Amino acid sequence: MPKTLFDKVWDAHVVRSETAETPGVLYIDLHLVHEVTSPQAFSEIEARGLKVRRPDRTYATLDHSTPTLPAGLNGLKPYVTAQAEAQVHTLERNCAAHGVRLAGWDSDDRGVVHVMGPELGLTQPGMTVVCGDSHTATHGAFGALAFGIGTSEVGHVLATQCLLQRKARSMRVTVTGRLQPGVSGKDVALAVIAAIGFGGGTGYVIEYAGEAVRSLDMEGRMTLCNMSIEAGARAGMIAPDQTTIDWLRGRKNVPADYEAAAAEWLTLATDPGAVFDKEVVLDGAAIRPMATWGTTPDAGAPIGSPVPQPQSDSDRKAIAYMGFTAGEATTNQPVDVVFIGSCTNGRLPDLRAAAEVLRGRKVKPGLRMLVVPGSEAVRRDAEAEGLHEVFIAAGAEWRIPGCSMCIAMNGDVVAPGQLAVSTSNRNFEGRQGKDARTILASPATAAATAVAGVLTDPRVFLRETIGAQNV
Amino acid sequence: MSEPFQVLTSRTVTLSQANIDTDQIIPARFLTTTTREGLGKAAFYDWRYEGDGSEKPEAILNRIDPAEHRILLAGKNFACGSSREHAPWALYDYGFRAVISTEIADIFTSNALKNGLLPIVVSQAVWDDLASQPDQPVTIDLQANEIRRGNALPVPFGVESFARQCLLDGVDTLGWLQSNLPEIEAFERSRETI
Repeated sequence: MPKTLFDKVWDAHVVRSETAETPGVLYIDLHLVHEVTSPQAFSEIEARGLKVRRPDRTYATLDHSTPTLPAGLNGLKPYVTAQAEAQVHTLERNCAAHGVRLAGWDSDDRGVVHVMGPELGLTQPGMTVVCGDSHTATHGAFGALAFGIGTSEVGHVLATQCLLQRKARSMRVTVTGRLQPGVSGKDVALAVIAAIGFGGGTGYVIEYAGEAVRSLDMEGRMTLCNMSIEAGARAGMIAPDQTTIDWLRGRKNVPADYEAAAAEWLTLATDPGAVFDKEVVLDGAAIRPMATWGTTPDAGAPIGSPVPQPQSDSDRKAIAYMGFTAGEATTNQPVDVVFIGSCTNGRLPDLRAAAEVLRGRKVKPGLRMLVVPGSEAVRRDAEAEGLHEVFIAAGAEWRIPGCSMCIAMNGDVVAPGQLAVSTSNRNFEGRQGKDARTILASPATAAATAVAGVLTDPRVFLRETIGAQNV
Repeated sequence: MSEPFQVLTSRTVTLSQANIDTDQIIPARFLTTTTREGLGKAAFYDWRYEGDGSEKPEAILNRIDPAEHRILLAGKNFACGSSREHAPWALYDYGFRAVISTEIADIFTSNALKNGLLPIVVSQAVWDDLASQPDQPVTIDLQANEIRRGNALPVPFGVESFARQCLLDGVDTLGWLQSNLPEIEAFERSRETI
């Protein structure tokens, strides 16, 4: 019987099949750990006298609670609270006690967990990958089955390297056609979520397919898979192809016999004739640069289109919270903050796209722009290309890697009432700070907005750039 | 581990808004804790407290006695968003023992079931009916898999069978998972020989 990519990865990891009475036991190849969702899991296994069963399959980083400003003159890191610092030290202690590798403060590898894993070649096609973080679906871009888990389950994986799972349903999202210039993986993600709906993916694992998806680079694919949870889906996956193989080649931790592994990875693709529980098709050529107008990630529309008339009390509340008006575009609202970074859009091509818009231009006076690379590797590469100089010259702040203003628990916050355009993944009420208002968009859009001071389609600037080169 | 969940009779409190995300249930700034205790105060914090920490007297969750309102009747797609288990920890510590909605996010469902908080999905008609009579106590009978209220016909509901048994017995799943260690080891050996 023809199998989907999801079927193939799932079947290869079933230790014990599910029955009516009990879920299946699923083996986990890679467990990524960070400071926020792990302390109670380590406490739990220690209370039972258990050790981390496979430290070799476990890898930790510091990202959520970490400051993105350097240590002060006193040598102290500017943690937002003593509790945030204590949480970081708790993970350092837990990793030392259990022999878990930690990309800590002194490591060149440290980064936002979903940026770091692929960079280090820890994430590989066909693997099962989990983390106590809902954006773990990012790793599905490599053809891994990757999903977020709660802290109890973090404890389960630490203790047994397995999870109790019932298999999800399958959905294929096919994005046909060729993407227009200036349209990125983020725009595809926002268009897909708008099409499926915020809870439309609940209970499903999504496979993204089609010419437009194939045309994305690995970073664009990671952005797309990253936001699967914003449609409610547990995971998002893309079949490995030559783009995947070329991206991973030469990275730390990939198999020694790389070409043999790569040949095996290519067999993971969904078989012709495999049946999905649900199919969704989008016209990729019709996707424009997207931005959200509401307080859920599915409330997205092409930049410049009017805010839709509310269909529910929830819509009315969202539009009121955002300070927008139904029937009017949001492109005339002054923007206070622009944030570029996160596990969604904190990678090198994201920073390049933003820098391309900002080069030779200035951030609108009074607007605060924060650029936070997703990892130390991204920071090194960006600085080697001089991108940081572009950002700084434009008037933006260039920070140390971390989750920063995406989850806003490290002190990087949007002030009450301020309007932010962010390349992150959630525009929930108060997500970026109490009473902060968030518009989600691509890095190019965020950069264009920083220059114009209002939400702006980046193609305006990209056209100018192209025009100037032709003169 | 939480107490066993068998039969619960309580009044409900309704938060009808759709898409109540985990950042509403517990804002991220409360996630720097390293324990699971005492998060009830943080539950729906920004809905219950002003920026200066003073209570919002109009907030429904400040007006009710949590001990008498163990059941949260929530709008569609409840607890969407992040994987933070702090969400069910906070709701449980506040006093909730069950959440009823027409749709509940996957990861939250998994987390809630491991913490003595029963997530129940019902049809819109049942939800509307429950919301229409907020003062009438509701009985959730996990033994019988049904919701009862007054003289109305019992409404059946489904819960994943293994999680249900764990809730009924008040035991967690790690012990059972560990009992599979021989199979897990055999699985690892079989893969290493490929």
